[in-house]
Amino acid sequence: MPVNAVGISQIAEEKEAAMTSRSIGDYQKPSGNGHSHQGPNQSQNHGDGQETRALPAPIPDLSIQYTKLFINNEWHESLSGRKIPVHNPATGELLCEAEEADAEDVDKAVRSARAAFQIGSPWRSMDASDRGHLLNRLADLVERDQLLLATLEALDSGKVFLMAFFVDLMATIKTLRYYGGWADKIHGKSIPIDGDYFTYTRHEPIGVCGQIIPWNFPVMMFAWKIAPALCCGNTVVIKPAEQTPLTALHMASLIKEAGFPPGVVNVVPGFGPTAGAAIAHHMDVDKVAFTGSTAVGKLIQKAAGDTNLKRVTLELGGKNPIIVFADCDLEYAVEQAHSGLFFNQGQCCLAGSRLFVEEPIYEEFVRRSVEKARSKVLGNPLLPGVDQGPQIDVKHFDKIMELIESGKREGATLECGGAAWNQQGLFIQPTVFSDVTDNMRIAKEEIFGPVQQIMCFRSVQEVVQRANATHYGLAAGVFTNDIDKALTVSSILQAGMVWVNCYNAMSAQCPFGGFKMSGNGREMGEYALQEYTEVKAITIKISQKNS
Amino acid sequence: MYRNVFSRSLPRLSRVVMRNYSSAAIPIPSTEPQVHFNKLFINNQWQDAVSGKTFPTINPATGEVICHIAEADKLDVDKAVKAARDAFRLGSPWRRMDASHRGLLLHRLADAIERDSAYLAELETLDNGKPYAVSYTVDLPTVVKCLRYYAGWADKWEGKTIPIDGDYFCYTRHEPIGVCGQIIPWNFPLLMQAWKLGPALATGNTVVMKVAEQTPLTALYVANLIKEVGFPEGVVNILPGMGPSAGAAIAQHMDVDKLAFTGSTEVGQLIQQASGTSNLKKVTLELGGKSPNIVMSDANMEDAVEQSHFALFFNQGQCCCAGSRTYVQANIYDEFMERSVERAKRRVVGDPFDLKTEQGPQVDEEQFKKILGYISHGKKEGAKLMCGGEAAADKGYFIQPTIFGDVQDEMIIAREEIFGPVMQILKFNTLEEVLERANNSKYGLAAAVFTKDIDKAHYISNGLRAGTVWINCYDVFGAQAPFGGYKASGNGRELGEYGLDNYTEVKTVTIKVPQKNS
Repeated sequence: MPVNAVGISQIAEEKEAAMTSRSIGDYQKPSGNGHSHQGPNQSQNHGDGQETRALPAPIPDLSIQYTKLFINNEWHESLSGRKIPVHNPATGELLCEAEEADAEDVDKAVRSARAAFQIGSPWRSMDASDRGHLLNRLADLVERDQLLLATLEALDSGKVFLMAFFVDLMATIKTLRYYGGWADKIHGKSIPIDGDYFTYTRHEPIGVCGQIIPWNFPVMMFAWKIAPALCCGNTVVIKPAEQTPLTALHMASLIKEAGFPPGVVNVVPGFGPTAGAAIAHHMDVDKVAFTGSTAVGKLIQKAAGDTNLKRVTLELGGKNPIIVFADCDLEYAVEQAHSGLFFNQGQCCLAGSRLFVEEPIYEEFVRRSVEKARSKVLGNPLLPGVDQGPQIDVKHFDKIMELIESGKREGATLECGGAAWNQQGLFIQPTVFSDVTDNMRIAKEEIFGPVQQIMCFRSVQEVVQRANATHYGLAAGVFTNDIDKALTVSSILQAGMVWVNCYNAMSAQCPFGGFKMSGNGREMGEYALQEYTEVKAITIKISQKNS
Repeated sequence: MYRNVFSRSLPRLSRVVMRNYSSAAIPIPSTEPQVHFNKLFINNQWQDAVSGKTFPTINPATGEVICHIAEADKLDVDKAVKAARDAFRLGSPWRRMDASHRGLLLHRLADAIERDSAYLAELETLDNGKPYAVSYTVDLPTVVKCLRYYAGWADKWEGKTIPIDGDYFCYTRHEPIGVCGQIIPWNFPLLMQAWKLGPALATGNTVVMKVAEQTPLTALYVANLIKEVGFPEGVVNILPGMGPSAGAAIAQHMDVDKLAFTGSTEVGQLIQQASGTSNLKKVTLELGGKSPNIVMSDANMEDAVEQSHFALFFNQGQCCCAGSRTYVQANIYDEFMERSVERAKRRVVGDPFDLKTEQGPQVDEEQFKKILGYISHGKKEGAKLMCGGEAAADKGYFIQPTIFGDVQDEMIIAREEIFGPVMQILKFNTLEEVLERANNSKYGLAAAVFTKDIDKAHYISNGLRAGTVWINCYDVFGAQAPFGGYKASGNGRELGEYGLDNYTEVKTVTIKVPQKNS
């Protein structure tokens, strides 16, 4: 979820702008303005002298073009003939039916990925810089189709259209460009070993990578997975979530258009227990990367152990603490903690779902947080001015409602929300619980919905101990103006990302992943390259060593 | 240089470059491309020289004046340095820009150059004399690749966090050095510009670049593209001018933080001195060479002959890394010589806009005369002239492909950089002997060895005192691989990740913390 704090506030501004019919140009400076976090559409605005630009609007009556399996750069029907109904979660309306991949289709896709990975294949014999160039070209095509993809994403996942446009799609483009740049910079080493030998390492691709991605950021997760895999020279069989296959299939068409050789990327929408399991258990898949729940992450790891010991990277759940000290900028912390939880309908592995607030400011913090939550506008995510859409599906909706009930039962104070919104659709009122204690279910389990838990703390030692008392360790936030507290707490927290005086400040350059049961390995940044390479040490006997 | 750079991705084109340039992939060039820009580029604006002076730029194929160019001198350098300094001030658009956006701007520049590459290749050929087929298929694609390569580095040039002793938190920031003076030569005008701009801009510096007086045209067109793609004012300033005036002003400037120079060793020494007598600006130098090319008797003969020919004659011999001492093992010396002479005689010299031409004119009259002077030295000192040795046309600065045999190590033509189409072939007997002779030079830029024997290949490549060693190939460059010289061939490395070091100050930041924890 690469949305940085500034990004979020900027989007908030953009929504205001939409409502008051301002144009982005009113506050977005021209490109090259050196804004340390430039406006989300900086890259569209380069040097073309365009000073104003109306806010993007979703494409009306979008017709859905791609619904089949993408194998070997061709569109295939599933061998079983089965299809997945794809719904708009905001209306319940059926958008289309997508082909449903099962084990045999996965076999086909793996065969095609394996063929593309053969020694001497166009993909294997391609210059690394050309791999990078293909990724850059793909980024250009995503930029061209940004409006279409954002519309599709909002329709299919229920996320707010402007968020999809400015956050998800921008992050997708930037991720592809970032890894495009790495392709020819993945250096092996020459190594001064003992004896009359010359040793060097080659960083080789692992091979066929299975990738299983979730429904909360469909197109962005697609980019996070394929970009490092392709930049290192792997081939890919990727399964998008059954709830949200549409943007992945459009990306498949762009992959072909960009000129990736057949079989390098194969996209197989399907269900976890069938297609997902087939990938995880496949004897000819060399690596599997999974983003999703911790429960399924365990199954994936087990499947690798049961089969060919494929390499596994996991990006799983979180119950992320945000620690707010009394010396911080209160209004800013309230706003950051709010977006840190409610962004994307709360459906983020990074959601700051345990908010620890220092006692002297606790009451005021709760009051302002409730105010903020109450001000949220729910509705059809395609409409301007709306900032919270529906949850992804009925099953998930029910799970969130059940956890809200448990909060009430276990004695937390319901400050606002706590119920469904608008009878029809899958909307849940922004909900804030105070007086939450560490042993309540809502303080321990990942809710993945618009439900904020606020707890009170008194000392540094106490709060870091409580913050770390979880089997998760994905992200954490600290708000304080005291440099000692900031450095102490951030180094003690057991989490893959710690944000100080910000939250969700992510970008392609920065690694992402979890301690403990939040995952295994890191995505993004240079670190991700390790997850997609095998290191080969080559040693050659030479007649005489010289330094 | 550069034949093999893109041989993998464009195999047909590279074969075209080696043989005849008659591929349909190369557009028919205009032999009279229009010149759009002839002024100084300062602060994203076109300016006349303060002195009002201009100088003519000449078409070396005819000796005729193409146009007159504003001539920068000390006062213009001052203006440009001020613009670059202002673009570099804290809080400026350039300093506050995301690194990824710097990369994006470099990508856009590469795209714009790619879009205009046919025109730029025409202009390069007109101004420099290199065959159009080479400008279009070698120089231009390599420029684009270099810029794209460094575009990718912009947001990947990472500092470190460092576990120092004590209760401290320590990290490094890789910061730009500041205002960089860059002085580039005439042999690869566009490419040298890209080599210099790519790493400097990726790392966030600002630039005052002096381009060679022989070849200012393409650099000025690129300046316009720099403005077009949206680089902020003052980030890149481009000044055509002479070395002793504009070049010296940059080298001696008290407000230039770094200087990068590519050119002769003689001028490189002046640059280093100027740094010492002014503000100790950081200096990187990419200078001359007298690069040995060693052919063992077990090498593939045909390939070695062709590669050695290419190693010397490419770009009219005007390459700092030219393989200008070809050492051939005694038992294959005669056959190698015979084949090399045959190949040199086949070399097509003529109108650089003709797609069949392999060799155009030398860049100017001064170079032309200097090379003919070396040829007569060679004859006088007793080397055996096997072919060539004369001017090749009545007008323009064409020289016949020339080969000397029986060359001895102490001859001037075996010691000094000729920078022209003159090949020296020397005989050797043993591995140890040739290694010692190859290293017996004040230069140490490049070297090559041709052999099928893995032990010999490693022994020689490890033993050679040169910044670049090619095995069974020559002039294989990639933006990814560092390039630079040992000894008097230079200082520092360009290209690759190494190239970033030369444009970076490392800042160590240490913060006291209450208590350390691993």
